[in-house]
Amino acid sequence: MNTATTAEAKEGFDLMGWIFTTDHKRIGVMYLIGSIAAFAVAGSMALMIRLEQYNIGAQYIESGTTYNEWLYFHGAAMILAFLIPGLTGFAANYFLPLMIGAADVAFPRINAFSIWLFYFAIILALIGVIIPDSPDIMWTGYPPYSVTTDGNTSFYVFTVHLLGFSSILGAVNFLVTVIYMRAPGMGWNQLNIFVWTTLAAFILQLVFIPVLATAVTLLLFDKYLGTHFFDPAAGGDVLLYENLFWFYSHPAVYVILIPAIGILFEIIATMAKNPVFNYKVCVYGGIGGVVLIAGEVWIHHLYVAGMPDWLRVGMMISTLLISVPLGLMIMSLWGTLYKGAITYNTAMMYAVAMLYLLLVGGLTGIPLAMTSLTVHLSETSFIHAHFHFIMGMFSTYGVFAAVYYWFPKMTGRLADGPLATIAFWLNFIGINMTFIPLFIIGPQGMPRRYWNYEMFPQFEGYHEIATYGAFLTAAGVALMVINWIKCAINGPISPANPWHSKSLEWTHAPNPPGPGNFPSPVTIDKDWTPYNYH
Amino acid sequence: MFKTRILSALSGFGAAVLFATSAFAQSSKQPGPGDAPDTALGWDHLWNEVLIDLYVIGIIFGVAAIYMLIKYRATSPEQVGTAPKLSMANAIGWALIPAAIFMADDFYLAAKGWTLWEHQRNVPEDAMEVKVTGYQWYWEFEYEDGTVTEELKVPVGTPIVLRMTSEDVIHSFGLPNYRLTEDVMPGRITYIWFNPVREVETVVTCREFCGVSHSEMFTTVSAVPPAEFEAWLAKAAEG
Repeated sequence: MNTATTAEAKEGFDLMGWIFTTDHKRIGVMYLIGSIAAFAVAGSMALMIRLEQYNIGAQYIESGTTYNEWLYFHGAAMILAFLIPGLTGFAANYFLPLMIGAADVAFPRINAFSIWLFYFAIILALIGVIIPDSPDIMWTGYPPYSVTTDGNTSFYVFTVHLLGFSSILGAVNFLVTVIYMRAPGMGWNQLNIFVWTTLAAFILQLVFIPVLATAVTLLLFDKYLGTHFFDPAAGGDVLLYENLFWFYSHPAVYVILIPAIGILFEIIATMAKNPVFNYKVCVYGGIGGVVLIAGEVWIHHLYVAGMPDWLRVGMMISTLLISVPLGLMIMSLWGTLYKGAITYNTAMMYAVAMLYLLLVGGLTGIPLAMTSLTVHLSETSFIHAHFHFIMGMFSTYGVFAAVYYWFPKMTGRLADGPLATIAFWLNFIGINMTFIPLFIIGPQGMPRRYWNYEMFPQFEGYHEIATYGAFLTAAGVALMVINWIKCAINGPISPANPWHSKSLEWTHAPNPPGPGNFPSPVTIDKDWTPYNYH
Repeated sequence: MFKTRILSALSGFGAAVLFATSAFAQSSKQPGPGDAPDTALGWDHLWNEVLIDLYVIGIIFGVAAIYMLIKYRATSPEQVGTAPKLSMANAIGWALIPAAIFMADDFYLAAKGWTLWEHQRNVPEDAMEVKVTGYQWYWEFEYEDGTVTEELKVPVGTPIVLRMTSEDVIHSFGLPNYRLTEDVMPGRITYIWFNPVREVETVVTCREFCGVSHSEMFTTVSAVPPAEFEAWLAKAAEG
């Protein structure tokens, strides 16, 4: 490992040192800052969406297009610029090399290039918000609308290209890192679950991103170069895009979900002081099973898109079978609590909330896996609430929990305290107030992406509660970030290993780790595991 | 490396069997006149059954989690867990038994879902056909006699099949009262059918994002007595 490329310790704030860094920890922190910034902008759009839905009819917008631009940016930025970079950018970058006892990732300069691409993408996406003809095509960008609209679809396409390229480079980098840079003696069955989940996410990214890139590139050709891939009038097919898009985007759901489950495992095992229950089954059956099935279920996003009837039944069965690998992971999570010695702190509070979000979000996916039920639930607020529980909030809580859990590692200080607790409860009560009403009105017919619901006046009260909930959540998140900043500057100094973890990042590296991470080389004996509590 | 190859071969084989059986098992039987099922009622039954399934699983796991989270609190920071080490047999049992239970539930639900699906997709012989065209941002209905309207009125007691297409972008025909949705796309014709068993005035909304007035793309769908329907259609035909 070439430690000369990592940043030298300097007095004061060293901007150039951060911009040109190749240190995985600094890159991780920059991913966190960038993704939280995207979260803030996309989150404020969620608030505007909720305000607009507070009452029937137009409240603040002069044209539906304004509302549609908020929907587009909220969805695209939350998924592509917050969740994926927050989990596979921030968390993987900072903690994965530490967990496997590596001094850095395999290709630090490529890693630096990845974060540059990520920042270019975020800047491009933000410029897309302020231009006069912002994209208004939803994060899915379905043609023909995305081709015929006056909105600037190219901002969407190029943002996807940049982020996709960044992710592919990241995937190669991290796969090589885990395969070749584990500490001497560290076998595959001694890896942290988070390392496995990150590997799984990057395998999915590597396999499926090119498909998404193809889909959006064809969109670009259709809109600006006059090709007709998706134009039925000239022999094209509108469903080609939907198939390509979801062939990537369903695995992308696991790119987001699985690393968050990995973070949840780290926190649950550490706070319960138990080894991960049935580790090999969790890794090979659970995580491996999800990777194997991920590419065979995408038609459940096209259940009402005129697919052949037999295909919809086949994908109903394959989609329902996801419950097997996910169920095995859930058994391991629950089993890890059994006869534990559980300590509670802010990270653990988020982890417990994640168990709840995983359960509710996972179970509400079952009716949506059934094509005969989805013909009614499709594109209602039920589906909207479902994916906010399982993908949106579960994984967001994963990022937040990761920050609390590893805050002492990153800053040497603790972020727990009354402010953190208040922020958690505001946030948790808020999300339930927002999305439980949507679970209720969805099966009654409330469509997604509607600012106008005059045909369903009976839903107004539910939308009012949901709007109050969204603002509670926003207050919670704002308070949380203020608390992070406050504690990073002058929070209470943390003990070296505040949670008494057995994982390498806590036992062998200082808080925060310096260049090269480990003061002395790490070697692993064959009985060691990161969860070796008893 | 060899292991992964076996695994991927197995999963590919499994997927092939899955899809082949569902393709072959597609029944071609059509309900005869007068015995058309009420698929909306069927949807409600299935939904209630699935909800019970979800509540049972949710309560089992929820109660187990709450119990453990309270019972196994640490009394001192140095305390460690005492979970027993799993023997090989236990580890396999804890994988196979839950997996078998989850899979059994999956196949049970799939069978239930498939049964309803057969009803939802097999159009009764005596169904009345209405052509639906989606435009930005309104619906157009064309009856068998060529009459074109902007609202959908149907006679109670006659199954209705909608043959749908779009003239511009993708829309989706969402009919909450009859528990049905299907996309409406340019260059393709899709269908749904429903059974208006009682008089009711309800609404159809667009369920696929289609532009600035997406949320204003709705119209009424009413089921009226046959005589009233005939009179209305005759009047609509005159323009």
